[in-house]
Amino acid sequence: MFEAIAFYLFAFLTIAMFYITVTTQQALYALTALAAGMIFISAFFFILGADFLGAIQIIVYTGAVMALYAFGMMFFDTTREVKEKQGNKYIITGLSILSAVLIVVIFAAPIIGDNIKAIYPIVEGAGNTQTVGMILFTKYLIPFEVAAVMLLVAMVGGIVLAGKKMDLSLTLMSAVEIDDLNEKDKKVLS
Amino acid sequence: MMEIGLNHYLVLSVILFAIGLYGVMNRKNLLLLFFSTEILLNAVNIAFAAISHYYGDLTGQMFVFFVIAIAASEVAIGLGLLIVWFKRYGNIDLDHMATMKG
Repeated sequence: MFEAIAFYLFAFLTIAMFYITVTTQQALYALTALAAGMIFISAFFFILGADFLGAIQIIVYTGAVMALYAFGMMFFDTTREVKEKQGNKYIITGLSILSAVLIVVIFAAPIIGDNIKAIYPIVEGAGNTQTVGMILFTKYLIPFEVAAVMLLVAMVGGIVLAGKKMDLSLTLMSAVEIDDLNEKDKKVLS
Repeated sequence: MMEIGLNHYLVLSVILFAIGLYGVMNRKNLLLLFFSTEILLNAVNIAFAAISHYYGDLTGQMFVFFVIAIAASEVAIGLGLLIVWFKRYGNIDLDHMATMKG
């Protein structure tokens, strides 16, 4: 009973938030609606007993991704209204629903065929975080390390792309060159 | 109706995925296009977590974990590229990114 109420409430809220995200003309509304939707999605993870994922969802999406988008939006002109493509709306909506149903059929085919066997079953008596940790650091250790390297690469790439004067290296320049650089900056600023 | 099963979650996932696809096809601003891809990833995450719960198997939760990691790095790189593009051309509309058009 309680689960049903929670499910329908959060389903409605999530759908409403994401609908606002894809239809609004204001970029700031889209950002805040998306952040709210991410938090509501974490509720599904808590309902489903995946406590660790719920916490990760809140921390990573609303904490990191949304903050990154908010910082990125400072660079862009977000005050003006967003123009949209002038396409046939019915064709777009129909194609979206069709492809989504297709993807669920792909998902559901092995379930209907009853081919799913629990390879890594949920251990009784251990918390969700504990179980996730046990499997992550035994069976999925190499993907975990690869994901860590990927995040490192993304971090370096983000710094190099968004940073200023990445073609200069202060450690490889002499003191005179650095002084010249500083004076040039002062001229630009004043 | 009152018993929430796997199908409920899969239907919810479909609805969210359709909303995300609608956004991807409809949006012209690249930043809002990124928002739509986040919706797509989250819809799939719900399906993974639900299947993982109803089959008593943790593999789905592992996949959600890695999907979240990939989404985070996608945002970092994508926003960096967008900032470079915006500095050079002054807007981030898809219609202006036609330099490789044949």
